[in-house]
Amino acid sequence: MVSETDIQDAVVELLRKTVVKLPSDVEKALERASDAEVDEVPKMQLKAIMDNIKLAGEGNTPMCQDTGVTIFYVTLPRNCGIDVERGIIEGVRRATPEVPLRPNAVHPITRKNPGDNVGDGMPYINWKVGGDDFIEITVMTKGAGSENMSQLAMLTPSQGVKGIKEFVLSTVLRAGGNPCPPMVLGVGIGGSSDICMKLAKQALLRPLSERHKDPEVAKLETELLEALNLLGIGPMGLGGKTTVLGLNIEYAYCHTASLPVAVNVQCWAARRGTVRMHPDGRLEFPVHEGG
Amino acid sequence: MTKRLKTPLSESDVRSLNVGETIYLDGTIYTGRDEVHIHALEYLEKGKDLPVDFARAALFHCGPIMRKVGEGWEVVAAGPTTSSRMNSLEPQFIEKFRPGAIIGKGGMSQPTIDAMKEYGCVYLAITGGAAVLAARGIKSVSGVEWYELGMPEAVWILNAEDFGPLTVGIDTHGRSLYADVNSKVKENEPAVRERLGLK
Repeated sequence: MVSETDIQDAVVELLRKTVVKLPSDVEKALERASDAEVDEVPKMQLKAIMDNIKLAGEGNTPMCQDTGVTIFYVTLPRNCGIDVERGIIEGVRRATPEVPLRPNAVHPITRKNPGDNVGDGMPYINWKVGGDDFIEITVMTKGAGSENMSQLAMLTPSQGVKGIKEFVLSTVLRAGGNPCPPMVLGVGIGGSSDICMKLAKQALLRPLSERHKDPEVAKLETELLEALNLLGIGPMGLGGKTTVLGLNIEYAYCHTASLPVAVNVQCWAARRGTVRMHPDGRLEFPVHEGG
Repeated sequence: MTKRLKTPLSESDVRSLNVGETIYLDGTIYTGRDEVHIHALEYLEKGKDLPVDFARAALFHCGPIMRKVGEGWEVVAAGPTTSSRMNSLEPQFIEKFRPGAIIGKGGMSQPTIDAMKEYGCVYLAITGGAAVLAARGIKSVSGVEWYELGMPEAVWILNAEDFGPLTVGIDTHGRSLYADVNSKVKENEPAVRERLGLK
């Protein structure tokens, strides 16, 4: 039987792995980008990124000083019976000095920093009940440089797919070198304004190498990715061949009179991690296994 | 071309730099981002003395992760933050405090480019997110001021050695690598639109 302390321990370990090591699909995409560059400046930027990833792994140190805010996605078995929420919150509180994470969470108006990444609504937890007999906790540590470039548009249905492409393009042009490109784009289509933004962020949880199960959506993902990489913004906005490392779309049905589109912009350090806690106490870290 | 510079940065050294050059920096670096800019300008308005002197110094747009070791501090990770957030305050900051270099990522807007030209300051780009690599170039921490602003927003006084590689992103001749890239992106945009079936 899993206890609240087990949750805390698992969350600390999950956060450590997540901020120290990138998922292998992201690392592979960066390697490919590195091989593709020819000019001196983008080559140097990607070399610094690759060197940094290696150093972070060797020193068990967060790869970026912006360890983000912690956004969780939790799937609970039915009849879970323990306070997973408190376990996660205390886990974040402990991880802040133990990993360490930078104390990033502040009051939005007074800007006071409690110093432990915990405050009203933070960490933010998305809940789902059901599924298997294990507790699954996924975390995204989302930095502000890229998050600040994220956008929502409430399009009219008549704007259609062209309107969606136009909005994704304008978001990337507006972001330029600010979000630490090569960037990853999570695109949400449909739902309502709030659902659409959530979809855009959730899209970032899918491995970059995996296309959407709907072939039409998969085609749109590839088309947008290839076209956007002709822009030449390049690593760190200093020019080059890779501006977008990956692009994932998620959709939800929406009102017949609406077409919400959201883009969640993610830096090259696309950090995500998952822990599965089995009833016998066994832990699995599927995103970080084998690495 | 690779050059080494030491703080305090002489105006002639700074004015000899050109966009695209690679720099390694030695000496003192001060971190400062949103709150430091706001605070420093408020202090000036009230006629209060600043705890540090930014003249000819290197200002690093950075909110590091620091670890307390005994009485001192150690840098864990110290990459750059997005410089464009400081766009509205930087021209005034450069005019009033006269730093020799600003280190950051993503570039800055025209009023800052103009102020850099006028007062002899360059923008040095360091790879965003490469925070462990950057921390390797920081040998020790001399202290911290305005810690009450929170760990990311305080002024950390860092002693750098071989800090880099840094790319001159904006020089004192009014040139910006980001503006160059921007014009290229504008040139490329029609082809991207065509590919996407947009007019």
